Amino acid sequence: MANTTALTGINGLRDIRRSPASHLAEALETGSVPGKVVLKEGPFQTMAGVRVDPSSEEGARIASVTSGLPVRCGEVAGREGVSVLWLGPSEFLVVAPEEAHDSLGGDLIGSLTSALGDAPGQVVDLSANRTTYELSGPRARAVLEKGCALDLHPRKFKPGTALTTEVGNIPVTLWKTGEESFRLFPRASFADFLGRWLLDAMREYASPEVP
Amino acid sequence: MLLISCPNCGSRDETEFHYGGQAHVPYPENPSGLNDREWAEFLFYRDNTKGIFAERWLHSTGCRQWFNMLRDTVSYDIQSIYPMGAPRPDKAAAAPESGTASTAADSTTTGSAAPSIAATSITSTSTAPSTAPSTTQSGTTAPEGATK
Repeated sequence: MANTTALTGINGLRDIRRSPASHLAEALETGSVPGKVVLKEGPFQTMAGVRVDPSSEEGARIASVTSGLPVRCGEVAGREGVSVLWLGPSEFLVVAPEEAHDSLGGDLIGSLTSALGDAPGQVVDLSANRTTYELSGPRARAVLEKGCALDLHPRKFKPGTALTTEVGNIPVTLWKTGEESFRLFPRASFADFLGRWLLDAMREYASPEVP
Repeated sequence: MLLISCPNCGSRDETEFHYGGQAHVPYPENPSGLNDREWAEFLFYRDNTKGIFAERWLHSTGCRQWFNMLRDTVSYDIQSIYPMGAPRPDKAAAAPESGTASTAADSTTTGSAAPSIAATSITSTSTAPSTAPSTTQSGTTAPEGATK
């Protein structure tokens, strides 16, 4: 048990916290195949779950904070540093870098909360709910296709699309951030499983290709 | 594996969904007026249809929204997918359009696997178009499940 009196404010807490897949850091390092597929954890992002009717007045206020709300499944709205993922017709996930969190000097959660005000809906700090895996490389799609039933071909699944689906039989929000890079948001309790599942799926690319 | 066309998300695997039982079982208008038998029938008695069956589904790993589906319990053919609250499209001839409005535009944005599922086509060449008087609207006092 850490001696909490020795911690100096929020930065002391930042030093002792552990991300859900921190114990896999070494395995992710050795399991990655540079030039083919690389898996990293990008932990501690600021995330906020927002439930609001996008057509309402409070929805417009929230949209002004995040620079827009996605309209349909797959869309990602937002601006530099703040992305809004579509989870449902009135449910969104706001993702931002760690520094955007109120405890670190940002104002994301607070400004969302004040934008909602007393109107029906909710803004919940979900930063600890999910962790982030960043899967990139020319083989990244092939790795995901082993456990995801969606059509991940680039003609269908374009960069800047986020879909909530199943990868390796667990619920995951899959966000294609670039031509060959994906972000996966598993819940924290699934981080270990999904990390090991992805490493297993990546293993074959460490060996020379069999013609 | 069924390929179910969610009204919001497009075609997804059956494993992303949860089954919600028979659709169109309205809550009794006057629950305290029911006797024990009627109440038990409302709670527990459901049709065991062989053929076209109206049922509720929840896209639990996707958009987390409920919708209704007409499914053939013999062939598993999905005949129609329509929003909660809409009348059953193959019986209520009054508003077939509101039933079909669900699966349209959104499905193009998703990475849906199959090009088309049977969901968009409502086979309103229905088996019994004029069985109207029994199940007209939900306004009738007796719930569909209660009287069986």
